[in-house]
Amino acid sequence: MTNDHLTSETTTLDSRSSTASLSRRKFLQVGAAVGGGLLLSLRLGFGTDAAALAADGDEFAPNAFIRIGSDGQVVLVMPYVEMGQGTYTSIPMLIAEELEVDLPQVRLEHAPPNEKLYGNPALGGVQATGNSSAIRAAWLPLRQAGATARTMLIAAAAQHWNVAASSCSAKGGQVLHEETGRRIPYGELVAAAAHMPVPEHVELKRPDQFTLIGTPAKRLDAPAKVNGTAIYGIDARPPGVKIATLAQSPVFGGKVKSVDDAAAKAVNGVRQIVRLDDAVAVVADHMGAAKKGLAALAIEWDDGPHAAVDMQTIVNELEAATRNAGAVAQNIGDVDKALAGAATKVEAEYQLPFLAHATMEPMNCTAHVRKDGCEIWVGNQALARAQAAAATTAGLPLDKVVVHNHLIGGGFGRRLEADGVIRAVEIAKHVDGPVKVVWTREEDIQHDMYRPYWYDRLSAGLDDKGAPVAWNNRFAGSSVSARWAPPFFRNGLDPDTTEGAINLLYALPNFHVEYVQKEPPGIPTAFWRSVGPSHNVFVTESFMDELAAAAKQDPVAYRLALLDRSPRGKAVLALAAEKAGWGQKLPERTGRGVSLQFVFATYMAHVAEVEVADDGTVRVRRVVCAVDCGTVVNPDTVRAQIQSAINFGITAALYGKITLANGRVEQTNFDTYQMLRMNEVPAIEVHIVQNTESPGGMGECGTSAIVPAVANAVFAATGKRLRKMPIDPTELKRQG
Amino acid sequence: MATTISINGQKHTIDADGDTPLLWVLRDILGMTGTKFGCGMALCGACTVHVDGVATRSCITPLDSVGTSEITTIEAIGATPAGAKIQKAWLDHEVVQCGYCQSGQIMSATALLAGNSHPTDADIDDAMSGNICRCGTYLRIREAIKQAAQSS
Repeated sequence: MTNDHLTSETTTLDSRSSTASLSRRKFLQVGAAVGGGLLLSLRLGFGTDAAALAADGDEFAPNAFIRIGSDGQVVLVMPYVEMGQGTYTSIPMLIAEELEVDLPQVRLEHAPPNEKLYGNPALGGVQATGNSSAIRAAWLPLRQAGATARTMLIAAAAQHWNVAASSCSAKGGQVLHEETGRRIPYGELVAAAAHMPVPEHVELKRPDQFTLIGTPAKRLDAPAKVNGTAIYGIDARPPGVKIATLAQSPVFGGKVKSVDDAAAKAVNGVRQIVRLDDAVAVVADHMGAAKKGLAALAIEWDDGPHAAVDMQTIVNELEAATRNAGAVAQNIGDVDKALAGAATKVEAEYQLPFLAHATMEPMNCTAHVRKDGCEIWVGNQALARAQAAAATTAGLPLDKVVVHNHLIGGGFGRRLEADGVIRAVEIAKHVDGPVKVVWTREEDIQHDMYRPYWYDRLSAGLDDKGAPVAWNNRFAGSSVSARWAPPFFRNGLDPDTTEGAINLLYALPNFHVEYVQKEPPGIPTAFWRSVGPSHNVFVTESFMDELAAAAKQDPVAYRLALLDRSPRGKAVLALAAEKAGWGQKLPERTGRGVSLQFVFATYMAHVAEVEVADDGTVRVRRVVCAVDCGTVVNPDTVRAQIQSAINFGITAALYGKITLANGRVEQTNFDTYQMLRMNEVPAIEVHIVQNTESPGGMGECGTSAIVPAVANAVFAATGKRLRKMPIDPTELKRQG
Repeated sequence: MATTISINGQKHTIDADGDTPLLWVLRDILGMTGTKFGCGMALCGACTVHVDGVATRSCITPLDSVGTSEITTIEAIGATPAGAKIQKAWLDHEVVQCGYCQSGQIMSATALLAGNSHPTDADIDDAMSGNICRCGTYLRIREAIKQAAQSS
């Protein structure tokens, strides 16, 4: 990883012009790069108006760099990681569009870990990829940077030819002078361009001028992923590496009491047994020997304070928590008064289970700890965290830890955490040379950090026409943000935990939502694809369906009537219903269900069609999705992410459940923690609403939206309201 | 104990216990990391290789069961006619996301296509339901297999 961009001689705007625009100066600087070329330093983040930038402080703090070399190659260094969501393809499109270069001319380099430089403002300043934030944060700054560089390159060419800049244009990585047909490639202009005045204002293309944005660009990472050459963290093989696997205390917070490792040491290929406080690792020549050695270990555990934890305890605690007042997340009008005067009252309690991430690439990290330094090889969504965790664990200063980041075999929030890095470094401290610590699937599932269990208590009042006059929601569960990004947790609330429960699109005149933070005993919780909305949208959209049923109204018509103030929400709902053939007759025990959400700055509606067998088995046959995510950067990525997220959500709705008994996670592998498979996948139609609004997030929306759509479809098919996930087929058996 | 096996047309002599799963021979001993570890119990298909052309889960295939059979892995599958068609179709349909399971998906799909040049949806379900994709790329996998079959 080159760090040239960090030592380049950027010339700040202040030295050139006293009439500098405050707003531009604070997100973009341009100068000469070390070794030749043009360097743009810029700041990605939300909010591009002056006020938002001013709130960041006066100091210019770039978190992305674009270098245009004398060979014409454009290198973008930025902190987002590719984990399957297509970011490495869609982000370069933004710069290529305005810079007028072909997409292959842009190369993306992953930023080295450095939280000060690359912290994601949308994630509390942590250098991380998550919350469907990459395109949203990059949308304006990258295009402005591209346009600025283009303007300076044109100026340099115009000066060289001694013609007016206005008579020149740029295309395909060259500046053209149309009258004379002369052209110069960017690479030959970069040195001169670095000394051109930095334009204060650049004109960005209108959406109708886009030639790249909105086109289905091919994924840049695909070829290596179809021929086995792509290198994930688990594929790292530094010379001399040993392979280790481990057993961690089956009860969270337990310790190793004793280990009999005689039989394990006798296994051919086993080199060493490493005993930690709360885990034992077997180090071997290969994973086969390590697993065999692990099976031969006799470990006695001291289970510690959480040995008796079971689901009943956890659910009872959460249920009790919803009886106490919480932090008020949003209040509109007077719910109590409206409820007292309502013609009809509806009450419901909902529960959502703990969920594991089950990334296809099991947790792993390779570490080499020496006296004077530490190297780690890993695929992680939050690199600076990984580096800091390694440094702390190894007892070394941050600058002595080198992180080699690799492709991620599924993130979904799991690889925002550094627990796997800590484990690897703990073990590597006892090993001479590099050691790759690979978790078995069983360890991966039983020692995940889980999507929290949620308990929600709702009540609503309807007027005599069935319209909702009061909506009251109090829910309890873990705040992942409180641990992961403490600055986001204030006064008992954080933005993630409540997203999808508040600021609903619907007109609800009296509205009250409270959150009670309740952490489960000893069980680690973490972000999980579609984060807060994975919980809240299920509850909100299920309950909205209950209100429609109580009002004896059609679920789509009922929602549409509440959406006059949200034309974009109304439009996606109407579109999904129309394309799905909403209202058309279906066979017995088959039904359609709908959901609508506005989360991650994207509007989405799903209509799911399900079939419930006599034995209660639910099959999702078809999903129609309508989405308005503003300007679409790469429509194929949008479709791919929605297909992906829908299948991810259906997996959760049908099968997703982590349970504990005697303090231990009961699920072990894909037989007890099932995934949706080829033979179970629905037909999926995606309808994209075209407009020119700013882009919304895309990696997660489909997951939160599909679960209530499926549950509502089951209600339509069977009359059974599902208030607890996952679906329990025994409750849906045909009666009689 | 040394065992000699043939992988992608090349003989390799392996010094490991006979019960060592082929997966770890490939990944850790020979450094052929294209074949992936997912579950260790033949539940997910990430480790799929071909043993004499048959899609086989290498995580439960002991080294000493291989004998004189020819092993083919993702690294060499593109050299077979069916493998080349499948890989091209995968790129044309933009199947991959995180990509981790795709070696196994491609090995299963290639075995299907090599033995059945015009698979039905039911054939695809049968051949591919042992391969989990957590990114849920199944619809594109199905379309890609159909495209590859059409070009057969």
